[in-house]
Amino acid sequence: MAEFNQNHIGIDVISGREDHICRKANAPGKSACGSGPADGAAISCDTESVAGAVSQRACVFCGARVVINPIADALHLIHGPIGCSAYTWDIRGSLSSGPELHRLSFSTDLQERDVIFGGEKKLEAALLELIAEHEPRGAFVYSTCIVGVIGDDLKAVCARVEKETGIPVIPVQSEGFRGNKNAGYKAACEAIFKLIGTDRDATTVPLSINILGDFNLAGEVWIIRDYLKRMGIRVVANISGDSRVADIARAHTASLNAVQCSGSMTHLAKMMQAGYGIPFIRVSWLGADDMSRSLKQIASFFADPVISARTEKLIAQELVAVAPQLELYRRRLSGKKAAVYVGGAFKAVSLIKSFRAIGMTVVVVGSQTGKRDDYEEIRREADPGTVIIDDANPLELAQLMETLGIDIFVGGVKERPVAYKLGVAFCDHNHERKQPLEGFTGMLNFAREVYGSIASPVWQWMPRRKISSETGAGNG
Amino acid sequence: MAKSSVSTTNACKLCRPLGACLAFRGIEGSMVLLHGSQGCSTYMRRYISGHFREPVDIASSALSETQAVYGGAENLKQGIRNVVAKYAPAVLGVATTCLAETIGDDVGMAIAELLEEDPEMRAIEIIPVSTPSYSGGYMDGFRDSCVAILEKMASAEQSRADQGSGRIGRLNLFPGFLSPADIRYLKLVMAGFGLESMIVPDISETLDAGIGPVFSRIPAGGASVKDIRLAGSATASIELGLLNPAGQSAALLLERSLGVPARRLPIPMGIRYSDLLFEAICSVTGTPLPEKYQQERGRLVDAMVDAHKYLFGKRAVVYGEPDFVAALTCFLADVGVQPVVCASGGDGPEFRKTLEVLTRDLDETPEILVETDFSDIRFHSRAAAADLLIGSSKGNHIARDLDIPLVRLGYPIHDRIGGQRILHVGYAGALNLLDILTNTLIAKEQEHLGYGYSYM
Repeated sequence: MAEFNQNHIGIDVISGREDHICRKANAPGKSACGSGPADGAAISCDTESVAGAVSQRACVFCGARVVINPIADALHLIHGPIGCSAYTWDIRGSLSSGPELHRLSFSTDLQERDVIFGGEKKLEAALLELIAEHEPRGAFVYSTCIVGVIGDDLKAVCARVEKETGIPVIPVQSEGFRGNKNAGYKAACEAIFKLIGTDRDATTVPLSINILGDFNLAGEVWIIRDYLKRMGIRVVANISGDSRVADIARAHTASLNAVQCSGSMTHLAKMMQAGYGIPFIRVSWLGADDMSRSLKQIASFFADPVISARTEKLIAQELVAVAPQLELYRRRLSGKKAAVYVGGAFKAVSLIKSFRAIGMTVVVVGSQTGKRDDYEEIRREADPGTVIIDDANPLELAQLMETLGIDIFVGGVKERPVAYKLGVAFCDHNHERKQPLEGFTGMLNFAREVYGSIASPVWQWMPRRKISSETGAGNG
Repeated sequence: MAKSSVSTTNACKLCRPLGACLAFRGIEGSMVLLHGSQGCSTYMRRYISGHFREPVDIASSALSETQAVYGGAENLKQGIRNVVAKYAPAVLGVATTCLAETIGDDVGMAIAELLEEDPEMRAIEIIPVSTPSYSGGYMDGFRDSCVAILEKMASAEQSRADQGSGRIGRLNLFPGFLSPADIRYLKLVMAGFGLESMIVPDISETLDAGIGPVFSRIPAGGASVKDIRLAGSATASIELGLLNPAGQSAALLLERSLGVPARRLPIPMGIRYSDLLFEAICSVTGTPLPEKYQQERGRLVDAMVDAHKYLFGKRAVVYGEPDFVAALTCFLADVGVQPVVCASGGDGPEFRKTLEVLTRDLDETPEILVETDFSDIRFHSRAAAADLLIGSSKGNHIARDLDIPLVRLGYPIHDRIGGQRILHVGYAGALNLLDILTNTLIAKEQEHLGYGYSYM
């Protein structure tokens, strides 16, 4: 019998999802899932979503698209019906310091006749005309659900076009139904890996790293690159925020891979380790603590006293610059409760620490695509009593907000209206953000945004609402 | 002119199941389940929620590789059971996606099996709609859903009040996809004529909800099941938007099957098309135009005169769904703005014909783009030396490139708030559009003139 069950957590879940929610026990090593064993690692995760559950997840294609799309001088062609392209046009907010080809949305716009007779010819013609028009440095061709069913041979088309145009043309095996978003991340890594090492003339760059798993939302990569520059470390490639095909082609010349978004990029780091002997470390640029720790980790990898000294100095300078204002926010926000529901688990872990740094407690933490190791890490970092949830849906999130008295919810655009409708403040930590949240300045932006939503006077007019016990249409 | 390329760059259309999600949202107590892979429902939730700023719960049958090979009926049934268990909808729309259509799942049969297995499910109106994403656009899915809803639920049944009273009092209104503010306006118009109306879909509350005492899993509002069942007893049906095929007309369906006379009208944007709507209601009810709307019309005409100098000869690009583009083009032509590009991701012979008629007497014949994309719209906007763009927020890249303003109307508007509250229709809507349009042009001129100005 479980130590805690869903009734203990106090929310009603869809049958089949009981084991995707647990609560970290107050006693060490004793947390439990809904009806599962009293073992903290036992949360169910990385499975298909339950039919009818209104999961917040997207699909394999989405996973691949968001990871590769920021490569700014590549052509990103979606082979499928129009929806997959329309819904992901300029979706990520990844900034580029140069070309902006990634902000256009290219599709073969498959029609019924293509579904019947096959779409290969259309794909080939589309690739040739788009490459001629835009002169990209490379092309990625994403497959979608029906391409997987009708059996177009993407590899063969890509190989022919690559030969004809002389640029790398890489198929991405991202049929929407072939697993969950994690399968899309894997497909993206495999596609990107095909580019790595293709610059055969590139020579090893001393004191250099690749930044993996940063997508340059609101220019965040630029903040990190600036820190690294001040430390005396060169960056060969940012994958994939503000990246270029040529950078990725010589990414094998770096000494180290620093992986932030572990869910999407660990697979690539592992392939690079196996293929090119490049070691990797896991980093996070979110929050002052993780930011400092990550820079120190990189410095210690190079075991160079000059770099270490510069790093210490940089961290000290940056911390001093943000400390007074952070302290102000900490005093005002102390004791407030947060819920975190994000795509990747690394972000969840960093957010627990970031909230702690401004005196707040995370009482719910969850992710769309976390794996067993990720949840173990979340559980270690979370305070006792924290509810941990995998692949949540709006009804579960709404119930958690209601029963746990959440002051602010951190998530993406799909969670925002649910929070607002319940009278709960919100922080957008996803593609739409316009303020960088990484780095030391990002920590300050984060605190400011959290404060700005919680402290807004509008909440005095907006009651904390209860969820109607009636199902069906209600009165609000 | 059709699109110049094989591929599509920055689509000016949205896929078919999205329309089903929007249409079912206007039925009281309804939910939608998309039969396909998980991503479709998530993308559409985001796409709808980003405009309306409302929670949008759309379920998915979450098909995976196994179902893609062996069929998804079991997932579909399980999905329906789970939605019913957690949301208890009165109506459940089941729309297909390209995956379900391509693997050839028989949705009707799966639902029939479900009703056999779980007879209590018969209490719910489960309505399947075929919406393959590789065919047509979202307005096809929208109209098809309205037809499916009426086909399933409308009857010749009469309300007790209507029976034997002989009074003219009930009207069916099929507004198409307008803003919640538009629907609220149309409801007031109906009430102003003393009419009981059934509006399908009615998104006036469900996609622009106020704050009530509690949070409901399914938002309040929408056309009630009871009212939809009475559709056959109405005096007439009025349908807004007439460029979709006749088979997608709920009004014509009711005329055919239950003998309710149908009037199909363009979207009542601008003075001319608003006149058509009010004339139709007057003629159906046999009543004159209420004083209130005479005054509203008068105010519009007065404003048109006030604004005419700022508008005359200005060169506009209009894009969107065919009916929306046609109505806006008519409005622009009536206030002296020169439409130079009229573009739609959709097509249809009626669309081109209508636009040709509307722009026949203008100084300049606009470029009519069908099955187009934003790449072509941009090319032609530049070539035509356009002064402004009018349409969804998806023209924002072009506006930035050409340094011309974009007047955001219709759907979607993802980079501003308040899209759900834009009033487009009727005399009041025309007045609103006129003010927005005029002030946008004045602001642009003021910004660009070195000295600015304080009076105009």
